[in-house]
Amino acid sequence: MVKASRADVPSVTREMLIAFALLFTLPLWVKHVGLYQYLGVEVTIWMIYALGFNLLLGYSGLPSFGHGAYFGIGAYGFGLAQLGLFENLWVGLVVAIAGATLAGAIVAAFVSHRRGIYFALLSIAFGQVFWVIALKWHRLTGGEDGLLNIPRPALDLGFASVSLKDNQSFYFFILGVFVVIVLALWRLVHSPFGRIIQAIRQNETRARFVGHNVWLYKWLTFVISAAIAGLAGGLFAMAQQSAYPDVMSLHASGFVVMMTIVGGGFVSFWGPVVGALVFFVARDVLGAATETWLLWYGLLFMALVIFKPEGIAGAWQQAVARWRGRMPAAPKAPRPAQLFRK
Amino acid sequence: MALFEARHLHKRFGDQVVLEEISIAFEEHRVSGVMGPNGAGKTTCFNVLTGHYKPDRGTVVFDGEDITGLPPRIIARKGISRSFQIMNLFNEYSAIENVLIGLPEMRARGFDMVHPVRGDSAAMDRAATVMAKVGLAGKEWDAAASLPYGDRRALEIAVALAAEPRLLFLDEPTSGLGADTTARLAELVQELRSAYTMVIIEHDMRFLFGLADTIAVIQWGQVIAQGSPDELRANNWVQRSNLGMLR
Repeated sequence: MVKASRADVPSVTREMLIAFALLFTLPLWVKHVGLYQYLGVEVTIWMIYALGFNLLLGYSGLPSFGHGAYFGIGAYGFGLAQLGLFENLWVGLVVAIAGATLAGAIVAAFVSHRRGIYFALLSIAFGQVFWVIALKWHRLTGGEDGLLNIPRPALDLGFASVSLKDNQSFYFFILGVFVVIVLALWRLVHSPFGRIIQAIRQNETRARFVGHNVWLYKWLTFVISAAIAGLAGGLFAMAQQSAYPDVMSLHASGFVVMMTIVGGGFVSFWGPVVGALVFFVARDVLGAATETWLLWYGLLFMALVIFKPEGIAGAWQQAVARWRGRMPAAPKAPRPAQLFRK
Repeated sequence: MALFEARHLHKRFGDQVVLEEISIAFEEHRVSGVMGPNGAGKTTCFNVLTGHYKPDRGTVVFDGEDITGLPPRIIARKGISRSFQIMNLFNEYSAIENVLIGLPEMRARGFDMVHPVRGDSAAMDRAATVMAKVGLAGKEWDAAASLPYGDRRALEIAVALAAEPRLLFLDEPTSGLGADTTARLAELVQELRSAYTMVIIEHDMRFLFGLADTIAVIQWGQVIAQGSPDELRANNWVQRSNLGMLR
């Protein structure tokens, strides 16, 4: 028998309980720290997006720089379903997820045999294709203005219907989605599928030689990640009550990469969550002080990549390890050169 | 009939011919050796046999089935495993997780996204059994990257054994090992020989002559001699080559 103490992976961890508790009480304290309810909505949506993105970047080691496309397709899908079909939350979200899944499945079929820099460049190219379509197909997408006045339908549970018009109830709905995504992804990364995609990141050749279908694993990971981005995009269209091409642009795609890396997605499940939080708080706090907040955030990003590529979560893990008086056993994040090896 | 047979293999990279004409057969329940000086084409030969490269000409037959040009994952599933000369491990995983990834159960359950791997005590026990086989019992949860070199070599073999292969290829298993660890590796091969059919590529002749039932010598991209260690010692070609120092 192998030591069982190391063998347990609880379905609900202490970190989850802390995160959920903080987020569930957010409406009580958010105003007292000088922030506002809608920020909670926005941050939580991007946390969902970044968690899904990290499945690709942190767990599979596949650097996608065009992930905004699937977020945007989700947003447009939700908007078009509300405006074109009928006003229903579930229909909207299903269309958002289905659209992003389909687009992700097609793109993944073209990029899954690549890795490193080639994967990154192809993902940018495909992302730009979707962005240009969103920009130019006026009749469907409304061009640069996007889709406006998208309704925010009520949460229809069959036995009861809850209005999501005010940001507080909407926030709790999004938080519910966040909890589901966290629980599901936590299971996924510890399942055989999750362990194999991490093995592929570490050593693709060996994974192939022990008989795993590397291409299919990469494809499926990409599709799942795109589906989650689509879900987040649908929620974002609800939040903004509009969908516009900007979220699909290269720089918006870059934001989710930065969040994930700053937060420490390479070494921690929670990296993207921390990263999304830091990004939006930085936007609001730095943004209140200076118009050039992105410059300062960019400098922070560069400093982190140079001095602490494990990100905030990695720094935290090391600090805890030091506090407990032992050297950290935390895994190192890959250096850029490793990530982009052919 | 031989378990594994390669006929008239030819492989070139650009205008450089690496394998001229290789015909070679490996019998079941034997330890077969492949040796030759550096640059003779040993590793290329190995890579063609295990599906890493496609041969330009020739066929590879395993258990009566033509497997020429099949992708490595298919060849692996048919029961051929290999270890690598340059360590090829999952370095961020613990030792036992490396073995787990190689288990057939993981292939079968690879698209299970719900149940934690570590909760599967049958698979964990299987992996621990494989580790014990190569002498790594007690080091299950050591990080693969932090194991001493000899243990990493043993783990390298354990990952290949995890798939329960019918045929195990070992690519230069002694490379980088000191005298002590080489001796330990020889013991390991002796222990495994009753259960596995093995093919070992080596340039360490003492190691190979002590273990192999038959040996094929590759030089200039072709098999220049084949036979038992004793036959090879008497072979004119082998004596004249740099391998002759065995006498």
